[in-house]
Amino acid sequence: MTGTDALLLALGALAVGSGALAVATRHLVRAGLYLVLCLAAVAGMYLVLTAELVAWVQVLIYVGAVVVLLLFAVMLTRAPIGASTDLDRPGWPAALIGGGTGLGLAALLVDAYRWSSVPLPTAGSAERIGEQIFGSWVLPFEVLSVLLLAALVGAIILSRPDIGRSPVDPAGGSGADEVATETATEGRRSR
Amino acid sequence: MRPVIPYVTAALLFGLGTYGVLRRRNAILVLIAVELMLNAVNLILVTADTTVRSQLPHGGQVFALFVIVLAAAEVGVGLAIVLQLYRMRASVAVDEVPLAEPPSPNAPAEAPSPNALAGPSASPPNKAAPPTTAATPGEADR
Repeated sequence: MTGTDALLLALGALAVGSGALAVATRHLVRAGLYLVLCLAAVAGMYLVLTAELVAWVQVLIYVGAVVVLLLFAVMLTRAPIGASTDLDRPGWPAALIGGGTGLGLAALLVDAYRWSSVPLPTAGSAERIGEQIFGSWVLPFEVLSVLLLAALVGAIILSRPDIGRSPVDPAGGSGADEVATETATEGRRSR
Repeated sequence: MRPVIPYVTAALLFGLGTYGVLRRRNAILVLIAVELMLNAVNLILVTADTTVRSQLPHGGQVFALFVIVLAAAEVGVGLAIVLQLYRMRASVAVDEVPLAEPPSPNAPAEAPSPNALAGPSASPPNKAAPPTTAATPGEADR
């Protein structure tokens, strides 16, 4: 049991504890804040596992962007002060399946690795990861940029209510796609 | 470094995420639980990068970066869908979505806008032959 193991144990306990609170709390906003704690603990585990770049990208994107987006969504939909009573379904099947999944996977991995020890590899700094991404993995990287663009356009179209709203009366049966393009051109002309 | 510690942590986080996805009713809390599951997978990938000697070095960390990007795209589109659902149905419960649209003030104002002005030639034959396109989604919620 070295210092690395102690650090990993502490961060892992923090991650699992705050993750359990995030899925069990009755306060909507606190679930997001427990998620921040869990993600930060996982980022700390990445740092201990010498994955520097992944750790800082985790902090930037998850803690910086995703959680802020989730908190914005909580505020925009329904953010009651205090506990909510209608957040959960009756949870015995969920506890059974979730517990079975988690404990089963844990048993499998404990059986596979026992208490063996491996040396820490060379650090995954930005230079080495960048060489790998832009050398060996450049095609998935470019495909991923196309996917990000598609997600961006999709999110914009979903959140603009004036795109795709059909102006047709209920009696006329017109196709939805054509109506969408017609609405777009009509709106552009009227402006 | 004992690799069993981060592996077991990731397995427990994945179990917690599964529990949250199945248990929660609020769609945003379901997305939070999905984020927990994605983080568990990332932790598995980064730990496997330290234990498995592969042909390409640091492949697990590169895949973890890719999964982080995928998660960001997923949460962006997912939250857009959730916000649109809340705007249309005034509810984000995933197990009982109300089918009746709440009364919106601008729906009758936009209904009689003339369609023939914008679509010069394509819309009249489409209206004359409705059976192919009448069943498309998007008509049901008008």
